[in-house]
Order: sequence, then structure tokens, then C-alpha cells
Amino acid sequence: MVPATDTAMDAALSAAISIAFHGVAYGMVLYLISVGLSVTMGLMGFVNLAHGVFAMAGGYAAVTLMARAGLPFFPALALSVVIVAALGMMIERTLYRRLYDAGELDQVLFTIGLVFMAVAAAKFIWGPQPQPAPVPEYLRGQLVMGGRAFPAYRSFLILSGAVVVAGLWLGLGRTRFGAQIRATVDNRRMAQSIGINTSLLFTCSFALGSGLAALGGALGADILAIDPTYAQEHLVFFLIVVAVGGLGSIIGPLAAALLLGVTASACSYLAPQFGAFFIYAATLAILLWRPHGLFGRKGAGP
Amino acid sequence: MSAEAAPLTAAPSAAVAAILGRHRLRAVEALPWLCAGLGFFALPDYLALGSQILIMTLFAMSLDLVLGYAGIVTLGHAAFFGTGAYVAGILALHGWSEPISALAIAGAAAGLLGVATGLIVLRARGLALLMLTLVVAEMLQEAANKLGWLTGGTDGLQGITIAPLLGRFDFDLFGRTAYLYSLAVLLLAWWLVRRIVHSPFGHSLTGLRESAIRMRAIGAPVFRRRLRAYAVSAALAGIAGALLTQTTQFVGLQVLSFELSGTVLVMLVLGGIGRLYGAFIGAPLYMIAQDQLAKQDPVNWLFWIGLLLVLIVFFARGGILGLVDRILMAMGRRCA
Repeated sequence: MVPATDTAMDAALSAAISIAFHGVAYGMVLYLISVGLSVTMGLMGFVNLAHGVFAMAGGYAAVTLMARAGLPFFPALALSVVIVAALGMMIERTLYRRLYDAGELDQVLFTIGLVFMAVAAAKFIWGPQPQPAPVPEYLRGQLVMGGRAFPAYRSFLILSGAVVVAGLWLGLGRTRFGAQIRATVDNRRMAQSIGINTSLLFTCSFALGSGLAALGGALGADILAIDPTYAQEHLVFFLIVVAVGGLGSIIGPLAAALLLGVTASACSYLAPQFGAFFIYAATLAILLWRPHGLFGRKGAGP
Repeated sequence: MSAEAAPLTAAPSAAVAAILGRHRLRAVEALPWLCAGLGFFALPDYLALGSQILIMTLFAMSLDLVLGYAGIVTLGHAAFFGTGAYVAGILALHGWSEPISALAIAGAAAGLLGVATGLIVLRARGLALLMLTLVVAEMLQEAANKLGWLTGGTDGLQGITIAPLLGRFDFDLFGRTAYLYSLAVLLLAWWLVRRIVHSPFGHSLTGLRESAIRMRAIGAPVFRRRLRAYAVSAALAGIAGALLTQTTQFVGLQVLSFELSGTVLVMLVLGGIGRLYGAFIGAPLYMIAQDQLAKQDPVNWLFWIGLLLVLIVFFARGGILGLVDRILMAMGRRCA
């Protein structure tokens, strides 16, 4: 017979573990989607409210490739990332680049326009109902670790997120391309004058950011359901990750996304009557305390 | 502003005269009011839509003051509109059904909220400012959503009754009282905003928009002026929201939504920002087009609005009034 306090302790512990686990999985999805936004906003100083469109496009592409074209999970995932990255590159070359030197308002209006068009297009093509998450059979079950069961897919999400974080961190810290990005975030004119092709850099990082968003959108379809209003509905959370994490950094958004994911998960478990109220209040407080975000470098971004 | 600017080729004295005479009423400024009056008699079946157009015009004009004149890019102006709407609704449900005093209280509440949030929000710049305005509005919407006992939650406030206007004019089924009431409030607000933008304070706002650093260098209290503009604009937006409550006798969560902040931005940009009359062109056009098109095909409507925004950004930054300016200038050049 176990004493009552022990059962209570155990229940609290497993609740805490469950909150943390779901929160981290949620945070990883937010991170995958938002990290590209952080880098491109930091690089170009562009207020991009349409980033969610690329995540949504990734989700739709993966669902369609699996359901209609019958592709297996991983090839579908890879192909949708490539498609969306190419799409992002195209839009950056034709539209975004003309507004780099425009005012904030023009950038806001243009990207809101893009969101509206994407919402309408998605509704027209796929209909208003949410799409079933493209989760393969072998990732559906439970994973038992240390006497506790974890949903396999969420574990896979966390693992994928960790791989991407490691890749980005190494890529930004150790490669020539990464060094060029860091230099351009710090001082665009100086970077240009020492011969960095910033125009090409913008295009590449925009494509990379859109591709990562697509990956996040497709992988996270289980948590953030793919429906036409996706880009608009989750915009605030993507922006919170970027603004709280700080522009032009890799680790800042990770911390912000995990914090946001765990807080959201805890709020919906412990205090559902308040909804997302505390998240907004905390964002307000953090941005007041540090307007450039928790890890932002002064001078980066708009 | 460029509508009033004299052509560069004119003699300096003419330019000075044009600047000094900017605040004088011109004949063309009577046009919106003539249209509104004509609409009352010519389209008696559309007065409900008419009052909503007037209300959105007022809301868009309040946004013009912060965005067009003071240059504060906000994505959360619905926070103030919604606050006004809810205050008016809650007052009416608790027995305060006299409309004009309720309108004043709602405006004051929204204005106070403008001061309170402005003190916080306006310290930031760029992305942080944008985020903070957005977050304030989201926070209020979440609060309204969760405080069901006060706001009715997702059901909204229903069963609002408003006492007759001035103790005599009932809010009738045809919306005649509502229309004339909204028109009168809009006229007063327009007069106030027109006074403001042509006052030294208004000109200093334009200066802030163009370069806050230079304004600070010549000794202008940048933060205080921004805050004052923000508060006045918030109060006007609150009055617009309260008008909506009083004329439709309903308040729903959408009065605090991001969609509404976006919609009013689209209206203003469509008409032209920073020129006082952008709201008077954009809001009616948007509302009429929505009434005609969106009912049949809401999906494509959103697509066309999005495309329109993109086209405006790339080809017509001044909105419709900007296009009119350009055409007039081209014609003037041809004549000269």
C-alpha cells in the first residue's frame, strides 16, 4: 500500500513530465518555423508577417504528396521542403527584394496582403477543413523509457528539432556562409564593402528560412493543424518567438520557443480558464525589459 | 499633405500663402458630407450599412492620426475600438442607457487605455513596437473571451437597449436615428481631427513621422507628443466602437480582433494615409465592395483584398487619393 502523499507526488511528477514533454515538442515546432524568420528579419530588417504562409505551404505540400501522390513520409517531407524553399526563393527574388529599403508600413501591408491571398488560395484548393496530420504508421505508437510511456511522434519531433538546432548552430558558427550571415546581421554596409554578396546571401537565407518553416509546418501538423487560416492564426506566436528570442540569432529563438511551448502547455493544463492571457502578459513584460529580446544584439534588425 | 502643397514652380510667396492657407476649408471638403446627406434621402433601405460605413470611417480616421500623421505603425488599434464597444455595451446592460454620456464614458475609457498602454508601448521602436501593439490587443481579446460574466465570452453581449437619443429620438428599425447620430459624431470628430492636424501640434506630429531624431534635436518632447496623439486616437477609436454597440445593440469578440485591426488598416491605406480624407474614401469603398462582393464569395474577396494590398504597396503608395493627386499634377503640368 502506497501512502497517499506518495501517489499525489507521483501524479504531480507525471503531470510535470507530461507538461514538459508536450511543451518541448510544441516549442520545437515553433522553433523550426520561426528560426528562419529570426534570421531573415535580423539580416534584412524586414518585417515579415507572411512567414507562416511558408509553414502552411509545407504542411499542405507534405499532406498532398503523401495522400495523393502516395509518397512515403520522409521523401514527401524532403520534397515539400525543397518545393517551399524554391517558392520562397522565387518570391524573395521577385517581390520581397523590392521592399528592403521601403518603410516598415509598406512591408507590413505587403506581407499582410500575402497572408490574405494565401488564406484564400488554401481555402480554394484544399477547402476550409483542417488536413489530417501526415504521421506515418511506425511513428504512431508509444515509446517506453524508464517506466513511462511517451508518444513516439512527439519524441521524434523533439529529436528532429535537436538535429536542426545542432545543424544550424554548427552551420552558422563554423562555415563561411554562417560567418557571412553573422557579419551581415552585425553591419550590412560593412559586410557589403568587404565583398560579401549580400544580395545572394539574402536569397539563400530566405530560401533556407522558408524551407525550415515548411519542415516545421509539415512535422508539426499534429500540433498546429494545417488549415487555411494557419498563417494568420499562429502569426502572433511566431512573432513572439522571434521578438522575445532576439533577431538574427539561432539560440535566442530556441530558448524563446521552448519557454513559450512549455508555458503554453502548462497554462492549458493548469489554468485553462485564463487561456493565453499569461503568455501575452509575459511577452509584454519581456519586451519592456529587453526591447531587443532576451538574446538580441542591439542594432540588429529593424 | 501634398494635396495642399503648391507646385514647386510657383513663386515663393504663393508657396507661403498655400502653406498659411492650408487650414482653410475648401469647397471640395464638403463633398463627403453632401454624399452622406444624399445617402440618407436617396437610399433609405441601406441606412444600417450607412451607419456602419460612418463608424468605420471614424475608426479609420482615428488610425490615420497615429499611423498617417504620427507615423506609429500599429497592428492593434482594435484594442481601443473594442474597449469602447464593450464599455458602451456593459454600461447599457447595467442600466446606463443614455447614449451620449455613455459614448463619452466609452471614449474616455479607451483614451485612458491609450495613455496606459502608450506609456508602455511607445517606448519601443520597430518590430518591438509592432509586437507590443499586437500583443496588447490579443491580450484584451483573450481577457474578453475568458471574462464571460462581464463580457458574455464568445456569445458576446446581447439584449442591449439604448434610451432614445436626447430623450426624444428612438433608435428605430430603419436605422434613421442611428445614421444621423453616427453622422453627427463623425462630423464632430472630423472637425476635431482637422483642427489637430492643422495645429502646431499636428505639424510636429508630421515632423515626428519624418524624423524623430531631428524633432528631438530642435527640442520637441518626442515621447509626450506621441503619447498625446496615441491617446486622442484611442479615444476616437473607442467612440467609434461605442457607436457600433449603440447602433447595432450587440458586441462580439471580433471588435477586439486582429482581423479588425487589419481591416481598418486596409481601409485607410486604400484611401491614402496621412491626408485626413483617406478614411472617407477607403472605408466607404471597402464596406460597399464587401457588401456587394463578399456575401456571394467570401473566399475570393479575401484574395482580391490581399492582391489589392500588394498592388497598392508596389504601384500606388498614396492609395486612391495619392493616385488622384498624381493625375491632377500630370494634368496641371500639361496645362502649364
